[in-house]
Amino acid sequence: MNLAFVHNFPLFCIILTLFSGPCSMILSAKKARILNLCVITAVGIMSLLVLVEVCMSGGSYVYTMGHFPAPWGNEIRVGPLEAFMALFFCIIMFLSMVGGAAQRKAKLEESKENLYYVMVNLLLSSLIALIYTNDLFTAYVFVEINTISACGMIMIKQSGHTLEAATRYMIMSLLGSGLLLLGICFLYGLTGHLLMSNIKEEVAAIAATGTYHAPLMVAVGLMCVGLAIKSALFPFHSWLPDAYGYSTVSSAAILSSLVSKGYIFLLIKIFYRVIGFDIICNSKIINVFFVFGIAGMMFGSISAAKEVNIRRMIAFSSVAQIGYIYMGFGLGTNLGVLASIYHILSHAATKSLLFVSAAGLSECSGNHKELTKLTGAGYRNPPAGMAFTVGALSMIGFPLFSGFISKILFAQAAVNQANKMLPTLIALALSTILNVIYFMRAVLIIYTPQKDAACAQESGYRRIRMNEHPEIVFVFVCFVLLNLVLGLMSQPIVELCSRGLGMFG
Amino acid sequence: MSKQVPKEVYEKTRSYKFKQWLSGTKDPFLDTVEMKPQKEFYESEKLIHEHELQHQSIVEKAYDLEHNAQVRLFQKIYNIFSVIFCLCLVFILLVGVSYLPKYGHEENPVNNEVSARYIGQGLQETGAINIVTGMILDYRAFDTLGESHVLFLATCTVLILLRKDKKKYQETAEHNDRIYEPKNDVILQTVARVLVPFIEIFGIYVILGGHLGPGGGFSGGAICGAGLILYLNAFGFAKTEKFFTGKTYKCMCFGALACYSLAKTYSFFTGANHIESVIPLGTPGAILSSGLILLLDICVGFVVSGTMYTFYVMFRKGGY
Repeated sequence: MNLAFVHNFPLFCIILTLFSGPCSMILSAKKARILNLCVITAVGIMSLLVLVEVCMSGGSYVYTMGHFPAPWGNEIRVGPLEAFMALFFCIIMFLSMVGGAAQRKAKLEESKENLYYVMVNLLLSSLIALIYTNDLFTAYVFVEINTISACGMIMIKQSGHTLEAATRYMIMSLLGSGLLLLGICFLYGLTGHLLMSNIKEEVAAIAATGTYHAPLMVAVGLMCVGLAIKSALFPFHSWLPDAYGYSTVSSAAILSSLVSKGYIFLLIKIFYRVIGFDIICNSKIINVFFVFGIAGMMFGSISAAKEVNIRRMIAFSSVAQIGYIYMGFGLGTNLGVLASIYHILSHAATKSLLFVSAAGLSECSGNHKELTKLTGAGYRNPPAGMAFTVGALSMIGFPLFSGFISKILFAQAAVNQANKMLPTLIALALSTILNVIYFMRAVLIIYTPQKDAACAQESGYRRIRMNEHPEIVFVFVCFVLLNLVLGLMSQPIVELCSRGLGMFG
Repeated sequence: MSKQVPKEVYEKTRSYKFKQWLSGTKDPFLDTVEMKPQKEFYESEKLIHEHELQHQSIVEKAYDLEHNAQVRLFQKIYNIFSVIFCLCLVFILLVGVSYLPKYGHEENPVNNEVSARYIGQGLQETGAINIVTGMILDYRAFDTLGESHVLFLATCTVLILLRKDKKKYQETAEHNDRIYEPKNDVILQTVARVLVPFIEIFGIYVILGGHLGPGGGFSGGAICGAGLILYLNAFGFAKTEKFFTGKTYKCMCFGALACYSLAKTYSFFTGANHIESVIPLGTPGAILSSGLILLLDICVGFVVSGTMYTFYVMFRKGGY
């Protein structure tokens, strides 16, 4: 089979981002920043072209990495869902990087800023490789890159909080990696393969004979728990609030909306392309996911409601949203997984918007992050206030915005499941109420007029003019548009995702 | 005295005021500026002692983990749970492993067409006598490409954490380092002078012979890095910085990784598009054989040795 030139683009994306990592190391901070934006843009454009090509030709294809065909060499697999995810991740990353540029300049040591771009570039490469890979061990290698670079992105702002958070993140994340590796080793021992499609054949044979049921379940369990720890499913979320709450804005936005989503996407690939979704559904693992997902939705929201620091509040809300995603897996149907994928998109678009706008709100309030100190911040920094309101509405699930669609999809998926319908719907309703409680409280606070003008002057409150950070206003506009697109034109995207998911099987 | 003046008038003249000031009976600034000399801040011994005690008691209370009931309870529960967790994990893993196919058995699923081809055709297809090298640098080169970037990334995170960029810290670090640096230790220097060349040559041999026998970039690079560290310990930074600075490391790492990426892009691209690669495999056993493997080994060797040395320098001094 001869390949069109476009088919090489996934390879170019991975190599380009990998190459730009060492490149940023020898460049100055300013040049590295430009290089980073260029690389993200280039990867985004290439992913778009791949997406168009894959949609036009109506199928997925396999790309051999080297001269040796698949079970001997490495290969990557490109389908509509993968290309779309890569494109989407690039958009979010680009906006997060632009939105946090001013703060990075202020908070990072200048001589170390280029190292930040090393981390970001390699993080992007690992995300893209995780999306495209068709080989479990390649996935593990890039999970390693992902973990280390995320850790570096947390601790580059060197304060006590971030160092502690990075240590915690590293311990939990390495535990997750270790469990994932053990799971992969078990699977290799059982099947003798590392390539996803070959493992799936072997696993189907094993499941049919039923000889190796116990080790197979251990392997699946280890991989699921490992990835759940890394993506901060409820009982394993202790590393999350500090890591998202005290790192720089871009780090928080990228970590919450991309890093954890990369692992979840890998989990979906493992479900469909490695183990087979039927075997997963017949195991008890999805029930565990279902219970912990719902628990995460509740406890994440309750913790967020108790929180006084706006960044940590948004971080705890992430725990709740990850809970939604795992609840979707727990439903054990294709519709549930589809809803989860849509929630990945909507959460990524909304959470990064919230982090960037929260940074804008605290900038105009003397860099305070406590909610009580943010009184009237919406008037002092109108774009950030509006953006925060849009993000909050989307998180709550207000119609027009993306969160609404994903909640509807969850509800639709739940209706087909007789015994899980009631808990899902109740959980959705309760979690929506909790979301309203803490997000609307924050919105009300930022739109309460500040009374004592003299006191305000002293504590560093100031009005941010519209033209002070034009790039951040641009980022806000893009994020809001993205949210509206996901909320108003969901049908083609859902169809694309479901087609891509269908090709996974 | 030529002229008699009344006392009141005389008291107003400048000369009287001057005289008074000289003799010290009157302060010229009195009534104009407050001249009360400030009392030196003085705390009695007792007071100081009291403050210290207070401070200590606060600190003790805050850090008194032994008598803090909450912390103790938490630690107890934490310890119990961690032991239970570990035991459960160990149990699950042992049970899982006991069910796995027998290791080394001929019907083990690991003995399949994948390893058969590696063993049977590895030599012809990769040109490397060492099958492991052929596997990691040719068959599965994409994984190794990621792996070498992991090493690079690890150095970057260590640089973020430990590199001291502010002048002030740099100087104190330099100072501290000079104190602890062994100064011209004759035994160490003599041994190092003899050993370091051999270690380096052996490291280079291991790197270059990666496709011919046991060895390769990772192990050879580690040996080279260890040799560099020994040299640094014996002769100090003054000598090593003549040829190896932070900038050298950056350029070396960039060069090696760029070389690796380019070489592999070429081979991935040609492989996927079914273009015949122009790189000859050469005669197996010759030093210049097995296609790109030698080049990749050298690149990995550079990255690994630089990483080892940089780790050491960062932990010792925080910059070079």
